[in-house]
Amino acid sequence: MTPILELKGITKQFPGVLANDHIDLSLNKGEILALLGENGAGKSTLMNILYGLYQPDEGEIFINGEKVMISSPTDAIEAGIGMVHQHFMLIPVFTVAENVMLGYESVKYGDFLDREDASKKISEIAETFNLPVNPRDMVRDLPVGVQQKVEIIKLLYREAEILIFDEPTAVLTPQEADELFKIMRSLAEQGKSIIFITHKLREVLDVADRIMVIRLGAVVGETTPDEADKNSLAAMMVGREVSLVVEKEEKTPGDVVISIQDLVVADKFQNIVVDHVSLEVRAGEIVGIAGVQGNGQTELVEAITGLQKSSGGQITLLGEDISRATPRQITELGSAHVPEDRQADGLVLPFPTAENLVLCTYYKEPFSKGVVLQYQTILEHAEKLITDFDIRTPSALTPVSNLSGGNQQKVIIARELSRPIQFLMASQPTRGLDVGSIEYIHKRIVQKRDDGCAVLLVSPELDEIMELSDRIAVMYRGKILAVVNRSAVTKEEVGLMMAGVMPEEDFTAKKKHVVERTF
Amino acid sequence: MKREPKKLEEAGNVLLQEVNEPGDEHSAPKRSLWNVIAIPVLAIVTGLIIGAILIAATSTTVYAAFGESFGQGLSTALNEISTAYQALFTGSIGDPGRIISALGSGDERAIRSAFNPFLESLVQATPYIFAGLAVALGFRSGLFNIGVEGQLFIGAACATFVGYAITGLPTIIHMPLAFLAGALGGALWGFIPGLLKATTGGHEVINTIMMNWIAFRLTEWLLSGPMNRPGAAGMPISPLIEESAQIPQFFQTPIRFHLGFFIALGVAWLVWWLLFKTKWGLNLRTVGANPRAAKYAGLNVAKSYMLGMAISGALAGMAGGVQILAVNRSMALGLSSGYGFDSIALALIGNNHPLGVVLASILFGTLRNGATRMMVVSRIPIDIVDVLQAIILMFVAAPAIIRGIYRLRKPKHEEETVFVSGWGGGQS
Repeated sequence: MTPILELKGITKQFPGVLANDHIDLSLNKGEILALLGENGAGKSTLMNILYGLYQPDEGEIFINGEKVMISSPTDAIEAGIGMVHQHFMLIPVFTVAENVMLGYESVKYGDFLDREDASKKISEIAETFNLPVNPRDMVRDLPVGVQQKVEIIKLLYREAEILIFDEPTAVLTPQEADELFKIMRSLAEQGKSIIFITHKLREVLDVADRIMVIRLGAVVGETTPDEADKNSLAAMMVGREVSLVVEKEEKTPGDVVISIQDLVVADKFQNIVVDHVSLEVRAGEIVGIAGVQGNGQTELVEAITGLQKSSGGQITLLGEDISRATPRQITELGSAHVPEDRQADGLVLPFPTAENLVLCTYYKEPFSKGVVLQYQTILEHAEKLITDFDIRTPSALTPVSNLSGGNQQKVIIARELSRPIQFLMASQPTRGLDVGSIEYIHKRIVQKRDDGCAVLLVSPELDEIMELSDRIAVMYRGKILAVVNRSAVTKEEVGLMMAGVMPEEDFTAKKKHVVERTF
Repeated sequence: MKREPKKLEEAGNVLLQEVNEPGDEHSAPKRSLWNVIAIPVLAIVTGLIIGAILIAATSTTVYAAFGESFGQGLSTALNEISTAYQALFTGSIGDPGRIISALGSGDERAIRSAFNPFLESLVQATPYIFAGLAVALGFRSGLFNIGVEGQLFIGAACATFVGYAITGLPTIIHMPLAFLAGALGGALWGFIPGLLKATTGGHEVINTIMMNWIAFRLTEWLLSGPMNRPGAAGMPISPLIEESAQIPQFFQTPIRFHLGFFIALGVAWLVWWLLFKTKWGLNLRTVGANPRAAKYAGLNVAKSYMLGMAISGALAGMAGGVQILAVNRSMALGLSSGYGFDSIALALIGNNHPLGVVLASILFGTLRNGATRMMVVSRIPIDIVDVLQAIILMFVAAPAIIRGIYRLRKPKHEEETVFVSGWGGGQS
């Protein structure tokens, strides 16, 4: 049988980087092919070539055995290729129907939009592929999981035969992700062909028919979920053995380092986004806040680090009330903050690595004497951290914008963890990073905990929370639903709580003592 | 480890880094220097070529010659262009023949007058340097100061007032005092929009433009009212400043070359030192490059904006002050030939770096000065220089054109901005 899609010898060179090195890929009809690789391995470049955003330097693309030229996304759509982007391309104030028909409008009487016709088609698609959505709903009112379904419908509406999913689970709860996998399966069963880009091993094993691993721009192996396991995939991806389990010894936590009492934070529209949250973190323990993104974690973190004013309650750090303190005062008390969005908050991208490494401390001795910056000291400090934290950069003077995501994050980790701190606020510390970097950063965080630092970890990645935390607080719609000991819960139970489902009676009874103790 | 050589080398690196921001570290230093200057240099060359075409295309003699024959037309056109640019060159740099013969003769007066065109270009460049620094420092601090012209007027008015109203001071005190008064006036005028931005979020672009109009009308009133020269019969002009307040000129008239040029170079160095060597500068630049990260790092963003606007205004005020104290010696309304607005171009061409601003200012000063002679010799209107400046600026602002013409490769960071990390995505 002719594969529905075939890429032959695709090569793309960027200045200094061979992003794709003679990549061959074939996709059969009705198949789910997982494209696995670390960030920067060349997955996105390859897909951007397929979607017409880049032109390959060499190589050919065949669809149903016929050679095609794809020089723009329009060509790609015409060739039956559709892409679900990691960040949705939806217009929040349009309805589902309007979003779906955008650029592909049904019209009547000349140029008037025919919403009825579009809605009918959408309902048909929704029924065929089991994607329940209401065409008349406004997109901004829909949960993220449903928005993603709208994205998929958009492709099906354009009669795409080849669907590319680019890291589709990044924004979903585990349950939503499972539902997405079901949808992907049913799409495949009905003859659609799917390329699934990810760096999450579990997902690949769950959903793919075939797995292709890319490293440094080249295909390093092909396998199937039956033949592979997490460890072998990780080793292929990274090129060496990787320990996927964080090694961590049981420790008895010490004194309370940070105590949050009845904290209320309102957003700029005066909606309560952090709703009477109380939490304590002790020295030498990691408390993980589990929750789907957008349930108040960001605002909670901003309140703790002084970036946002709270409207009620109290935060005490090392015995000092910091409810009204500025970020610098909080930092100087001995706290560190790994921010959620490293490029927007954590780094000044055009600045050299060395300056970013002293972003929070440049004004103090020994980096400044009087008003004069001591560049010699700053550079020496940078060289030391670059070695200690294995930051891959051509030099300490290279702008951080030129570093890879993993190394940018290492710059932040190095800056924050190299200070003598007693409290670490780590917000999504491994967001978008590859397996190798995740392993490294996890090790560093656990090491800080072992040194007696109190760590508050916020992450939408349940795996990360489960692996690192000593205790887990589940946040849902601004409230902390429960605080439980890590050892007392399963991943499924936490996953359910993340979706707002409170534990059942017997569950509550079983874990009651734990919950009581921690509240 | 030997400190000295390392330090020098490192200083060189840091400088390159700053100019190159955000640089391409993978290339050799030599190439990155070329990367930095390629666009402005090629923009200037291309601007001059287009200017040449304009000179030929707007000349009636060239059209007449083309009417006779094509060869005639072509040679006339080339002739026109070479006359014009020759005049531009001799008017701004000097006549090489005259310079050589003057040097040969050893006659001091001949030497002076041979060098006068060049010195006059530097005189023209001086206010450009101050004003360009004002905009560049603003840009570095994340502020678009369009109010340089107004700050310049207020600075000039303050310097003038201190210059004539206070008498009996020795030069060593009076001159710096008047100059600082100019800086202070400009600083105040810049600080107000800075304060508004910091406290109310009012955008500095709007507010500095409004402050410009207030400044123009205010100085107009001052010059025809409280600061009017006795016996000026209603003409809006101030009294002459005291001799003790004057910034000295080095030679006898008509050579106007003055100490202010060196003050400008000193201030440019000071701005460089402030921006790149002190913690205040790092503070300003951090807020300018990423206010969110600055807030995260514990910097006071509001304070930084106010400080940035005040320093920027002070530099603009110095531009006004130096013109009054060194060249005009009294204030009238025709004080500025648009220095404040040209300064935005200077900052852009100079890549917001003090050294770049100084070089760009000297270029603009040279063009302005040479254009005067070009007008006299070949009757080409001085406005051609405005067109030249505009073309150069357009090329600098839209480097893709220059890269297209000269087939330059894009710096890596720009190529990647568009598509990577989820096309159109980046923020959720």
